[in-house]
Amino acid sequence: MGELQLMKGNEAIAEAAIRAGCDAYFGYPITPQSEVLEYLMSEKAYERTGMVVLQAESELAAINMVYGAASTGKRVMTSSSSPGISLKQEGISYMAGAELPCLIVNVVRGGPGLGTIQPSQADYFQSTKGGGHGDYRLLVLAPASVQEMSDFVKLAFDLAFKYRNPALILSDGVIGQMMEKVELFEQQPRATTFDQSWVTTGKTPNRERNIITSLNLDPVLQEQHNHHLQEKYERMKAEVRFERYHCDDAEYLMVAYGSSARICQKAVLLAREKGIRVGLLRPITLYPFPSEPLLELSKQVKGILSVEMSAGQMIEDVRLAVHDTVKVEHYGRYGGVIHSPEEVLDAFMKKIVGG
Amino acid sequence: MNEEIIIAGFGGQGVLSMGKILAYSGIMQNMEVSWMPSYGPEMRGGTANVTVILSDERVSSPVLNTYDTAIILNQQSLDKFEDKVKPGGLLLYDSNGITRHPIRKDINIQLVEAATESARMGSTRTFNMIVLGAYLKTKPIVALENVLKGLKKSLPSRHHHLMTLNEEAIKRGMDIVKPFHP
Repeated sequence: MGELQLMKGNEAIAEAAIRAGCDAYFGYPITPQSEVLEYLMSEKAYERTGMVVLQAESELAAINMVYGAASTGKRVMTSSSSPGISLKQEGISYMAGAELPCLIVNVVRGGPGLGTIQPSQADYFQSTKGGGHGDYRLLVLAPASVQEMSDFVKLAFDLAFKYRNPALILSDGVIGQMMEKVELFEQQPRATTFDQSWVTTGKTPNRERNIITSLNLDPVLQEQHNHHLQEKYERMKAEVRFERYHCDDAEYLMVAYGSSARICQKAVLLAREKGIRVGLLRPITLYPFPSEPLLELSKQVKGILSVEMSAGQMIEDVRLAVHDTVKVEHYGRYGGVIHSPEEVLDAFMKKIVGG
Repeated sequence: MNEEIIIAGFGGQGVLSMGKILAYSGIMQNMEVSWMPSYGPEMRGGTANVTVILSDERVSSPVLNTYDTAIILNQQSLDKFEDKVKPGGLLLYDSNGITRHPIRKDINIQLVEAATESARMGSTRTFNMIVLGAYLKTKPIVALENVLKGLKKSLPSRHHHLMTLNEEAIKRGMDIVKPFHP
């Protein structure tokens, strides 16, 4: 067993980045994730591993620094919270188009606009359906604990390089600000072991030039490139991850990710104290979405409550997965208010069991 | 064992660090723990609170609406959290600055005059450790040796010379805590 630490989720992200052999972090501070940059600076990541840690002049600058550094085949990341991630969407779309691996962390806060600094999960659409312009997808991981904040940094880099695609960790103010114990993984070397044949680190005489661009003025070629991307997004579906919680004998189901999944775990336990057999399916990857396991579970249950700190975004994927074969309702507080386990249980009783 | 605690008071009273020491103590005793602070607008209003959960099992929700224990260090927090203590639960408070004392009869109410005692000890920085001692006397869910280990872990090394003073403060808290009957 590795060393156990008590850490904030944001600190775990930063420590894991150092340990995952991340080569560069470019960011701009914003609540509730400023601890990521603060930690990298106070831990002197640049001395521990030689990692570049840079506070850019803006979010736009930061994401374009990520674009440039990712073009050299390095492990590069940025982090922000909702309004900052919106500013980064142009760069993210370019990187998806240019097929550049990188890690983006969004510690979500209430919106729209500048909104509030309190936790929210209302960036689901932006994260899973593209976010910027064009037909593209990110690999989206949703940690529900500080341990997963650490583990998913390494996983996200692995997946980003495996598919040459930006990966996103979709967290929120609860998981970012809370402390839990975390078992840190061993320091990894900064040297990358992934395919480097596409990188732009200087042309050698024995090969063609590598060009990294998202621009292709020939629509036929651009369509071909889109076909290639779509084929890749299909292959990414093999990475689907989820957790079943008290599902085996479940008569009802809740579906929730991130901090809402933790709140639902408590709601499940409270319901079971009343003798109601409810389970929880927790999507760990939001793209790819665990549609098949959800469809499978829907055959044994009488109703599904999709719980998210939003006005109802993930529920669309839940409904698509179960094909209207069973009742699906949404519950969630939003705009920065966190629902309590009791509120979730109450909504579950009214909308699913009683309704 | 599953203990759900809210610690609430003014910013600067050591609310968050007390929660952190408690969480670390739990880790030293191989428990599962979570520490969820208030951050944002309510902090700007001068109040700070933290939810700490110590459990033998995996912690479910880090965000709660009712608590086994409320440790209350100012009037606003008493007004906000007295109703949130589960029946049979514990409310521990310092009467310093309190104008309306707790009124519930279905919970265990304990009083610790930590502000007064820390002044007597000559260091107001011992305040939160006196409160912690009072809590541990009432609910000895973690052994003192593990609390001291947790304290050492969460104190920056430049403050390690304060370990003895803090230990003394914890013991003072254990001595002076007393029941309060509304």
